[in-house]
Amino acid sequence: MTILTDEQKQLNEMAKGFLAGEGTVAKQLRHWRDIGCKDGFGHDLWKQFGELGLAGIAVPEAQGGLGLGAVETALVLEEVGRNLTPSPFLTTAVAAVRALDGSALAERWFPGIAAGDTVAALAVDEGRHHAPAATALAAKRSGNGFTLSGAKQFVVHGASADLILVAARTAGAPGETDGITLFAVEKDAEGLAVDNVALADASKAARLRFDDVQVDADAVIGEVDGGWAPLSRALSAGRAGAAAELVGVAAGAADMTNDYLKQRKQFGRLIGEFQALQHRAAHLFSEIEIARAAAWKAAELLDKGDERAELMVSVAKAKAGRAAKLSAQEGVQMHGGIGMTDEHDIGFYMKREAVLGALFGDERFHANRVAQLSGY
Amino acid sequence: MTAEQDLDSFRAEVRGWLSANCPPEMREPIRSESDVCWGGRNAVFTSPAQKQWLDAMTSRGWTVPDWPKAYGGGGLSPAETKILRQEMAALGCRSPLNSFGISMLGPALLKFGTEEQKLEYLPPIARGEIRWCQGYSEPNAGSDLASLATRAEDRGDHFIVNGQKVWTSYADKADWIFCLVRTSTESKQGGISFVLFDMESSGVSTKPILLISGYSPFCETFFDDVSVPKANVVGEINRGWDVAKYLLGHEREMISGMGLGGERKALGAGVGPIDDPLLRAEIAEFDVDSLAFTAMSEHFIDQLKAGEAHPAMPSMMKYAGTELNKRRHELIMAAGGSDALEWDSERSKGGKAPRDWLRTKANSIEGGTSEIQLNIVAKHILRLPGA
Repeated sequence: MTILTDEQKQLNEMAKGFLAGEGTVAKQLRHWRDIGCKDGFGHDLWKQFGELGLAGIAVPEAQGGLGLGAVETALVLEEVGRNLTPSPFLTTAVAAVRALDGSALAERWFPGIAAGDTVAALAVDEGRHHAPAATALAAKRSGNGFTLSGAKQFVVHGASADLILVAARTAGAPGETDGITLFAVEKDAEGLAVDNVALADASKAARLRFDDVQVDADAVIGEVDGGWAPLSRALSAGRAGAAAELVGVAAGAADMTNDYLKQRKQFGRLIGEFQALQHRAAHLFSEIEIARAAAWKAAELLDKGDERAELMVSVAKAKAGRAAKLSAQEGVQMHGGIGMTDEHDIGFYMKREAVLGALFGDERFHANRVAQLSGY
Repeated sequence: MTAEQDLDSFRAEVRGWLSANCPPEMREPIRSESDVCWGGRNAVFTSPAQKQWLDAMTSRGWTVPDWPKAYGGGGLSPAETKILRQEMAALGCRSPLNSFGISMLGPALLKFGTEEQKLEYLPPIARGEIRWCQGYSEPNAGSDLASLATRAEDRGDHFIVNGQKVWTSYADKADWIFCLVRTSTESKQGGISFVLFDMESSGVSTKPILLISGYSPFCETFFDDVSVPKANVVGEINRGWDVAKYLLGHEREMISGMGLGGERKALGAGVGPIDDPLLRAEIAEFDVDSLAFTAMSEHFIDQLKAGEAHPAMPSMMKYAGTELNKRRHELIMAAGGSDALEWDSERSKGGKAPRDWLRTKANSIEGGTSEIQLNIVAKHILRLPGA
């Protein structure tokens, strides 16, 4: 790919217009934070994602969606990132849809997701760092199905979700990828305790406690003991998507900062005239361009089913995470004192970058994965 | 047949031809400077295979596949050129010819040259018959390139050139030079002309400069009453800066490509487990940057071909690519430990690792320093004030 088709450009323009109009910090992030919304996002906006077809972007056309790929998803997510728009788009429309695609559960959940009615969450991490293979939450056979016991954390939108995809261990030992099974657990399941936690960026993630939660056998996505496959699909899509969203976060912060450099005067000059700042701004531009190319490449390889896709997904997530971190931190620094105030939006970029950078594995996790996939 | 089928059959044809015509020795990775073929009047081929490969590629115009056939090129479309490069990469075929004529002067002549100039100079470039060098930098000019002082006095149908150039890459091996000279002192950038002349002209002399790497790829070049016909001016007299800037964009593209080191794999790939956790982490971090830059390079080339690249993007690519290349060689030195410090032992292949490492330190100086590239990005892309 690397050069967008006309259809992709149109989709990008549509997402740009929609999110720059409806998804702004003032209308969404700041609003929901200030009123103390329990979800951290607006259901009306999610419904609009549905009306525009975006909530069903990855749902196959035969099941009422647009049937588009990771590249198109990335184009939307860059705009989500640029506007810091809180929504279940990444977890639900991207990650969960890829996990469910082709399974018997797709028929049950896709219509609601595509309509922007249903919210889904991915429950993977159990410790403070992303480590999907370390899954220990136990799923024991019981009657017609399984009993789940254990805990999950950093389950984004976990308290708002109608559907939670839970990675559990049906065989093997923590650290092994075999023996993991992916379950579709519905909200209000008996024995499920939900602690809804506000994160630094005002988004909500849940700590979940499973005390003998009973699920039927048909809650299994894919094969028993073979959950690594659908989980990996969800994680790859989620990671590539998060990389694209991080590129948007980086670009949004950089645009805001470059505008400021052209307006703010000190010592009788525009601060953008100072070479010390120009060089840092130019370096940042370079990092963001490279991160975007990596994110697009990862998406392209995922769509092609190319064997290098996993390597590139990790390259993209690590690179975009670092670019966003640099952009947000330089943004706050170059804004000076005003950048430290809650009143100004630049600080929100730093908070969002921190949360999104950690989601589905931080830059260290992914650099390590690059090393592993390269055999060292 | 559809266009796609045409390209598929072109790919098959290219693959077959390369398999039949690229000698096995020319499919080995480049190991040293002598593996590189530069052509020229006094070309020394290090093996019969090197010459055979150049001749074979020249016969199809594939040293410059996308140039028109009338100028010695292959007349290929952008898509066909890409296929040729992909198939060469797949078979590991070396570039048949390294040439400033191809990467720098050629594009400038295609854009600014007269038809006579194109017909005279481009075919010998395509065939590797004339080796070119670039006379840009001068003592005391450095990054402030337009402050050059080499002067060309108007003598009717010719100029008399006097002055000195420095950092002239391979001037001692070149046949001809493309050179910036001052034809007017009225304005800094507006008084420069772009001229071509034979290095064997009376009054031209060169002296190699020994570098920290022990290599001497650069020279000082002196002009003492050199006569240059006016017909050898490319573009308009006093408007040579336009040609120079255009050419610099191509030079930066070429140098930015070096960040890839000709490799698309991770630096740590194939070396097995790395015991030192800090070194492993640094290499992994480098590989993230390097593989991301590889994606950027591909994107950039596609943008160029589609005419969608911002004119200042080569500066960004040059900056990022060369900084990355320096890091690559820092890591190769670190991983090599004391082995990598050996300067001229046989085991170290004549100190390849430390010499290459030292060489890369020039990447962020030559062709416009990293600081100059950042200035260009700040001014022309970010449009920051006063830049």
